[in-house]
Amino acid sequence: MSFNAQELLAVIASRELRDDTTVFAGVGVPLLAAALAKQRHAPRLTMVIEGGIIGPEIAPGRLPISTNEMRAAYRATMLPAITDAFLFAQRGFVDVGFMGGAQIDQYGNINTTVIGEDYGKPKVRLPGTGGANDIASLCREVIIVTAHEKRRFVPRVDFITSPGWLQGDGSRERAGLLFGGVSRVVTTLGVLGFDPATRRMRIEATHPGVSVDTIRQNTGFELLEAPAIAETDPPAPDELDMLRALDPDRRFLG
Amino acid sequence: MEDAVSRVSDGDHVAVGGILFSRTPMALVREILRQRRRGLTLTRNLMCYEGELFMVAGAVERVVTAWMSIGLPWGVSKIMRHHVESGKVAMEEWSHLALGLRFRAGAMGVPFLPSLTMLGSDLMGVGGVKTLADPYTGATLAAVPALFPDVAILHVHRADRFGNCQIDGYPHMDADIARAASTVLVTTEEIIPEEDTRRHPDRTVIPGFVVDALVHVPFGAFPHECYGLYEADFDHFDGYAGAIDARGPQAVADYLERYVYAPPTFTDYLDLFGGERLALQQTRARDLTG
Repeated sequence: MSFNAQELLAVIASRELRDDTTVFAGVGVPLLAAALAKQRHAPRLTMVIEGGIIGPEIAPGRLPISTNEMRAAYRATMLPAITDAFLFAQRGFVDVGFMGGAQIDQYGNINTTVIGEDYGKPKVRLPGTGGANDIASLCREVIIVTAHEKRRFVPRVDFITSPGWLQGDGSRERAGLLFGGVSRVVTTLGVLGFDPATRRMRIEATHPGVSVDTIRQNTGFELLEAPAIAETDPPAPDELDMLRALDPDRRFLG
Repeated sequence: MEDAVSRVSDGDHVAVGGILFSRTPMALVREILRQRRRGLTLTRNLMCYEGELFMVAGAVERVVTAWMSIGLPWGVSKIMRHHVESGKVAMEEWSHLALGLRFRAGAMGVPFLPSLTMLGSDLMGVGGVKTLADPYTGATLAAVPALFPDVAILHVHRADRFGNCQIDGYPHMDADIARAASTVLVTTEEIIPEEDTRRHPDRTVIPGFVVDALVHVPFGAFPHECYGLYEADFDHFDGYAGAIDARGPQAVADYLERYVYAPPTFTDYLDLFGGERLALQQTRARDLTG
């Protein structure tokens, strides 16, 4: 079965989620991937959505376009205040944060605030953090899901909106972030992780038909390599069928 | 409505209830714009196109927010970019939780709340957030400062004539915002008898003594959504965003004329959408929450 880049991204990302866990899911591909995981291999996965929504089910064909609307709250088990939804993460109840990102650096820091050096006079003003900073700061583990493009993968982000490993070498812990950190970056070309000692980004797996060189050419900084680089299993027909049924209007699958 | 909004002064810090396109107090937004207030600071965690209306109307100097866009499918806000990149409007960014904790600290009447969020990020510098050492363990914490807005504007599902307010579905941050603000203006879908409040007091989330003015406005959040009652009108958003793509800020100026300044009452405003559209959005809401 053939598939496009968005479908590949959603399927590979969904495999990162395990049953009986909680996931803070951002809207778009992360939420779609979480919905797929819940339907296929993780029926007791609990989604937490920043609009103050816990345990929703996603109605096929009625995917939410924001984290704060009735489609995102469909058959939810709890609707707490927004502040309290995030405080569940601060208390340590949320296993995985699942998010996208505009610009990402070699330590997994994300910028969704400004392009340009001067915050007050930005070249491009982006929409901002929303809940991304909180998800990156407070979940036990963070998985980033993003298209793999050289302009996105930069040596140093212009502005750290959401903390990854900051500058590596224990800087995240020294800043006061007691737990968490980025474990994986799932992209349209492969799966990246972080060297346990330096916290610099490394290649852990390549997608079918993608070479390590291609990943390097599409990355704006030097990538390390994991001791063994795996090749991702291509999306299976049942994964693609379920995914396409969730988004028949191709709102997020392109 | 005019009397309620007369409590808003030029230069006030106004906090807007609901979130993004959910339970936005649209009737109050409209009236503040009609009364041509100037120099406002507008705070809302996720700011939808009501923020663009304030920008193009020249009513706002500073927005305090975690995120601003109509919504993901409509991309980065061109109107926001136009005003912020040119320096016409300052944009002060906080994380979603940090801004929520600012309202909660305000609601609690304390000067700050300790938190683990935002630490190590460049957002700390934007709001000038200080860290403090846990007096018991020495661990580093963010000291998130309280926010006490001059005015809060909110839309709720039902209230009695004493201002006891009840909200269905997700509560967003409205209860904290109401407690933190000095003046609280509320619109409600329904006015209920005091006896109904007393029959379900557990559902009251804002007590009457917090509220300064209450106005009965059915569909008061439209074309944004109100949980269980009507879904947001995404076709209307498409039309609004499409006009901006074609004509830039002038499209928003035209929108202000047509939807804000011209219709004298909120009923006249709703007539622009038509009863059929309102009924359709009600059906869609019932499907999702019934």
